[in-house]
Amino acid sequence: MANDAVVDKGRRRFLTATTSVVGGAGVALAAIPFVKSWEPSERAKSAGAPVLADIGKIEAGQKVTFEWRGLPVFVVNRTKAQLDTLVTVDARLRDPKSDNTAQQPEYAKNEHRSIKPEWLVVTGICTHLGCVPDFFPELKPEPFDPQWKGGFYCPCHKSRYDMAGRVFDGVPAPANLMVPKYHFVDDTHILIGVDPGKEAA
Amino acid sequence: MGTTMTRLQPKNRVLAWVEDRLPVLSFLNAHTSGYYAPKNFNLWYYFGSLALLVLVNQILTGIFLTMHYKPSAELVAPGISAAFASVEYIMRDVSWGWLIRYMHSTGASLFFVVVYLHMFRGLMYGSYKKPRELVWILGMLIFLALMAEAFMGYVLPWGNMSFWGAKVIISLFGTIPLIGDSLVEWIMGDYLPADATLNRFFALHVIALPLVLLLLVVLHLGALHEVGSNNPDGVEIKEKKKPDGTPLDGIAFHPYYTVKDIFGTGFFLLIAAFIIFYAPTFGGWFLEHDNFLPANNLATPTHIKPVWYFTPFYAILRMIPSFFGTAVWGVIAMFGAIVLLFLLPWLDKGMVKSVRYRGTGYKVALGLFALSFIMLAAVGAGVTAEKIPEWFGEKADATFIENLFGRFWTLVYFGYFAFIWVYTKFGFEKTKPVPERVTTHD
Repeated sequence: MANDAVVDKGRRRFLTATTSVVGGAGVALAAIPFVKSWEPSERAKSAGAPVLADIGKIEAGQKVTFEWRGLPVFVVNRTKAQLDTLVTVDARLRDPKSDNTAQQPEYAKNEHRSIKPEWLVVTGICTHLGCVPDFFPELKPEPFDPQWKGGFYCPCHKSRYDMAGRVFDGVPAPANLMVPKYHFVDDTHILIGVDPGKEAA
Repeated sequence: MGTTMTRLQPKNRVLAWVEDRLPVLSFLNAHTSGYYAPKNFNLWYYFGSLALLVLVNQILTGIFLTMHYKPSAELVAPGISAAFASVEYIMRDVSWGWLIRYMHSTGASLFFVVVYLHMFRGLMYGSYKKPRELVWILGMLIFLALMAEAFMGYVLPWGNMSFWGAKVIISLFGTIPLIGDSLVEWIMGDYLPADATLNRFFALHVIALPLVLLLLVVLHLGALHEVGSNNPDGVEIKEKKKPDGTPLDGIAFHPYYTVKDIFGTGFFLLIAAFIIFYAPTFGGWFLEHDNFLPANNLATPTHIKPVWYFTPFYAILRMIPSFFGTAVWGVIAMFGAIVLLFLLPWLDKGMVKSVRYRGTGYKVALGLFALSFIMLAAVGAGVTAEKIPEWFGEKADATFIENLFGRFWTLVYFGYFAFIWVYTKFGFEKTKPVPERVTTHD
């Protein structure tokens, strides 16, 4: 049995501290593989390839949803009347000039938020909490907005967007609908996921 | 009461042999017939034991459900995942599978019914106050673990509401600045809730969280038995003792309260059985209609809403608009609504525990707080969204009216905590004298 009188407390504290630090570091390093195992797997990552969308059959005023990386991408063929509403709602929007550059590529930072004015391409994911907004294209009062000029309405938390996917002020969503990278391959096809002038990876 | 454990000496030689080596019987005795609880417990004191009963039900039925359920989002038919199909298989083909599943799904809702009533009891009689702060904190941790457990369980059938519920709740973490987006991907293991998400939620739901819950329940009871139970009068029964050292106003938990709790159990099972056999979906409140459709990542249900027990917090989330380009404020408010409950023992500085002897201001505030919880639940469940056009006409701006209503009750909810701090800290509360002993002693 050790005698209390000969216990070197400093040495004991030092050994306890170094054992704790080394052991703690070991546990932290050993945790890395387990934490990393939750990241998207190689299989999930490889499923994110660009999508070629045929827009030739979309009538004026109609919306078609394409799937890219498991996300719905809305393609809307906007009518002249719908494009004309855009200016009229500017005052009720949070970001009418698309100044939040994270929400669209440079080539979609314009009044209609698209490459060609009539063709709107946006990710159909509400910027609040990721629901899919519904399309209410008609220019008529709706229960959620008596001055409705057409656009998107999210059923989850009632965020509203105009016909260019621009968010209204005073709703839970903080930003305009995201415009994905895309370009026109020809007049009737767009490639979603690739910027204009770039090759599909 | 307390930790001193009398060593039993069983007559039976085998039991005595075990007891000498591991005092199991002495431990059980100390926590049942050796545990003295106040003799004036009323109806509100049923819900703790009922919560334990439901926990046992969830574990037993859950074990049997895992024997048939498949945690896989891979499609076995167009649009139908293996998970969804296996739940329908349990319902249609497994002998008595429907009963086991309905016991589990009804149990989940009834768990929250009894837990909310149990928590309200704590608020009414000041059971969170010194010396029971830790009992309250452990209880709140159980509540948090239970919410996580319930949320992940709801995802498992992989119905459309499972999918969109998972999407919305996981997206809450995406509002955190800088790390949000990668955190969401990390939680889901994909770019949307997918097979990887379902698999890990299954693991957490059946292994990780139940272990945490059981540990917390043991600690909750351990902490309670150390300091002793509170009672409707909020007096400390330990302060007046009989010559043998047991509390004057205490009775042994066993047999007195075990018998009382068995009566409560019978009554509770009657109600539970009625729901399980005659109204298992409870009109879409316990099992939502949209969840009988398989998960579809391209179509949001028309009225997305969580199960009823999350609706008050969900309403708070919805009522806070985003500003400065981020939606994080609603998330902060929602979690803040729970964090404030954790802090209650230190926000409420009043010395009187039971509502029976507290000031009128406290009684009104507690009533309003309970009312705000119910009103926010109605907003979160979409009741107001549905009724406002009926009440105010189709022309009315329903969103505006709902926001006004919801934000008012959100203010009342948070106002409760601000009020009781001011009310008790600056001596505004006029309390009544607290009796020396419980009011219903012999």
